[in-house]
Amino acid sequence: MVAAEPWQTAEVPGPKKALVVTKPEIVTAMIKKAKHPILVVGHKAVETELNKKKLIDLMIELAKKAKIPVVATAHIVSEFHKRKYKPAGFMPAVDIGNRLVDAEWSGIDGKGPHDLALFVGLPYYMEWTILSGLKHFAPNLKTITLDNVYHPHASWSFPNTSVKDWVENLRVIIEKFEEGGK
Amino acid sequence: MSKKGVNIKIDELNTDVGFIKNLQLSFCKLIAETWTEPMGPTPFPSLTALREWDLKLLQRYKPFYLPYCDVCCLCTFGKCDLTGDKRGACGINMSAQQSRIVLLACCIGAATHIGHARHLLEHLIEKFGHNYPLDVGGLNIKVEAPVTRLVCGVKPETLGDLEEVLDYVETQVTHLLSVAHTGQEGSNLDFESKVLHAGMVDHVGMEVADIAQIAAYGFPKADPEALLVDLGYGTINVEKPVILCIGHNVVPSIGIIDYMKDNGHDGEIEVCGLCCTAHDITRYYKRGKIIGPISWQLRFIRSGVPDVVVLDEQCVRADSFFEAQRIKAPVIVASEKNCMGLPNRTNDPADIIVEDLLNGKAPGALILDPEKVGEVAVKLALKVAPLRKKFKVIPEVDEVIQRAKECRQCNDCRRACPQDLHIPEAMKAAATGNLAKLADLYELCVGCGRCEHACPVGLTVHSFIVKAGEKKLKEETYKVRVGRGAIQDVEIRNVGSPIVLGEIPGVVAVVGCSNYPKGGQEVAEICTEFANRRFIVVTSGCSAMSAAMYKNEEGKTPYEYFTGEFTSGCLVNVGSCVSNSHIAGAAIKIANIFAKRNLRANYEEIADYILNRVGAVGVAWGAYSQKAASIASGFWRLGVPVIVGPHGIKYRRMLLGRADREEDWYVYDARTGEKVYVGPTPEHLFYTAETKEEAMVMIAKLCMRPNDTMKGRAIKLTHYVDLHKRLYGTMPEDIHLFVRTIADVPVTMKDEIVKILEEKGWKETVIPDPTLLPRMIRKKKE
Repeated sequence: MVAAEPWQTAEVPGPKKALVVTKPEIVTAMIKKAKHPILVVGHKAVETELNKKKLIDLMIELAKKAKIPVVATAHIVSEFHKRKYKPAGFMPAVDIGNRLVDAEWSGIDGKGPHDLALFVGLPYYMEWTILSGLKHFAPNLKTITLDNVYHPHASWSFPNTSVKDWVENLRVIIEKFEEGGK
Repeated sequence: MSKKGVNIKIDELNTDVGFIKNLQLSFCKLIAETWTEPMGPTPFPSLTALREWDLKLLQRYKPFYLPYCDVCCLCTFGKCDLTGDKRGACGINMSAQQSRIVLLACCIGAATHIGHARHLLEHLIEKFGHNYPLDVGGLNIKVEAPVTRLVCGVKPETLGDLEEVLDYVETQVTHLLSVAHTGQEGSNLDFESKVLHAGMVDHVGMEVADIAQIAAYGFPKADPEALLVDLGYGTINVEKPVILCIGHNVVPSIGIIDYMKDNGHDGEIEVCGLCCTAHDITRYYKRGKIIGPISWQLRFIRSGVPDVVVLDEQCVRADSFFEAQRIKAPVIVASEKNCMGLPNRTNDPADIIVEDLLNGKAPGALILDPEKVGEVAVKLALKVAPLRKKFKVIPEVDEVIQRAKECRQCNDCRRACPQDLHIPEAMKAAATGNLAKLADLYELCVGCGRCEHACPVGLTVHSFIVKAGEKKLKEETYKVRVGRGAIQDVEIRNVGSPIVLGEIPGVVAVVGCSNYPKGGQEVAEICTEFANRRFIVVTSGCSAMSAAMYKNEEGKTPYEYFTGEFTSGCLVNVGSCVSNSHIAGAAIKIANIFAKRNLRANYEEIADYILNRVGAVGVAWGAYSQKAASIASGFWRLGVPVIVGPHGIKYRRMLLGRADREEDWYVYDARTGEKVYVGPTPEHLFYTAETKEEAMVMIAKLCMRPNDTMKGRAIKLTHYVDLHKRLYGTMPEDIHLFVRTIADVPVTMKDEIVKILEEKGWKETVIPDPTLLPRMIRKKKE
């Protein structure tokens, strides 16, 4: 178990730090509890290979099973389409962040404000700053990062973990939906 | 404009009116005006003179704050926790605090350019006199200082005329900086307005610096065919003594070049530069060479090639003196802003300084007289070069392999690396004798050296990467077109109409520093893509260097196969950082020369024109310094959106539009006074892109303006859709927001787009004569 400290060593956040996800089941429980979660997937999900699968494939699996609308950032929407999955939307990372701080925004699917946002696959420093913007300016929103690095500006974050443990964590999160559904 | 002080003293005067004794009259200045244009509403604007315009922009492009950390630590009441609704001990909240930090950054940036301008101007006036004429382009440039004319309402004609302009901008920066003091502004939007003010005065300062040096030093005068010169490590003849100049203020470098020429050493010594001084060296001296951007500092010094290192100001690594000592290269520091702890030897005889540096009595010297810098540097280089034998500190391959075996795989280097480079994996391979992975990192590395300071066993990781990539480094031989300075008035006339009507799809200014997410290659790709698409592409500074570091199949660099003329399908290098003012100047001149809008102190109207009609976008793919922040904010106030690379998100806030909020996208139709929906054009004012692909699509999108003609909008949409389909693999989902009438739809995409319009319930709108300023609405004649 690696200590819960920021992945980039100099990125010291301040007094309010993310709670550490010690068990992946916590994430599943939070998604199930949320009324209207959203999953934001950055371009590194296409570059990151986990046990011969791409991170994006795992995210599609999660989104389908947990019935979470997905926002693809950067240019990777076609990667979803190639996998026969249509995300609820695609837009720049800063745009989705900017909309999430708006309590009156009707959500990516028009079904109302989101109460939980999950982030994965953005460059560390972009995810760091966007999560910070949400921490400070979206008080009604909980955030979780699904990356294997500690993001103190999230509400909940995994600590810095190995790729092996990361894959295992994601597998457990997804499997729990298979068992219980949403 | 010419002015002089007048004093009249009369001891005794006997007149019909009476007897006058000891009369003294003093006029601080008499101004002989040659500029007949009437004065506009905002000459020498105060902090709040343009606040209303700023608030219009900020209403549409609201700040999205991205705090770097939760606290404020500027005063001793703190640190203060500003999370949530908390306020600090001074009462400030988080959004205001973020704007305050941005203001500080922009003040630093503006002060840097303005301080540079002041130093340069004082030196040039001392050398050439107050009345030296400001010729920056002969008959081709009648609007010699568009930013200054616009902001200050004066038309400078001589070097001396620029002093008053600098007095103004220095005053403004002082006021702005004072605003950041505890207990001043409490509103984030007022801080933001002042950020824009800082950017505006920064552009004035940059313009002063560049037009002064162009005029006095004979730099290319708005020359589209400025020389092609050498760029890259591989262009240096290491057999010759090498003087390396680092920084931004070319004055000491010119001292070197002049001394060399005057004393018969021209051609005997290599004079090369890193960062913007390098640009300005080549604007003055055709044998000068550019090594590369700021991020090449460590790798080039450590290569051992420089025999003498001369540092001026800005963007000089704080450890460059230490690094130069490691290769036993003496250092001359030449700026009072960057003394590096060295003794002031300005008043010592040059030969004594040379001897002291040569014998190692002193590792470096502070010399504040540029002519003396020239003499010492040249004499020293000639003497020290044969002794040094290019002593380098980059290890040999065997040493890299041996030392890589000490790597503990702790990941600290990777966690310190701003690029998150996979250094531990590369070290693991290197330990087995395979340097290929380290070599792959060479082009991605921004050269900051944080990895080395993080390494617990003291491995010189950066040098390992450079060694592994040495073949690439030595093959770096490119051509870059010398910074040409301003854009000619006639070029503006030629492109003004197609730009404003939208037939030239946009002007893309690729500027900024060199912390590129995937290497400088991306900058070259962005420039090449848009020049090929017949956009006008302009560059400056480190980006202009990176744009050169790419060759096509024929071995040619982009500057060799794109024209240097400011026209459709060009690649224009305006010059160094201070030359960025010419990019803003070109946008201003389109409004003034092409559209005949009054320029003089008429800021709001010109900015309104640019925002609504000139499809210009700034791209700082390597957004890094405080100067880049202030340059960007000067563009925002003028209505030019700026895209930054992913590292730019650390600027702490974006200015983002909301395409989904229809109410944000209304303008006045100046013909009728009606409010008209024009779609999100341009959608953002300051925006971070996560990837090069995203940036390229956004560049095309942000070039759209409300004033585009139907033909122009169709051309712009063609590029937007084409890039979106190629890079995103899909049609854009917001296409309906940009189609005003069916005639806007590109013919080749008609079926596809019309189908989308129908699905989205699109309705036709009118194309107005757009303005955000009610006073621009033309009254109907009675």
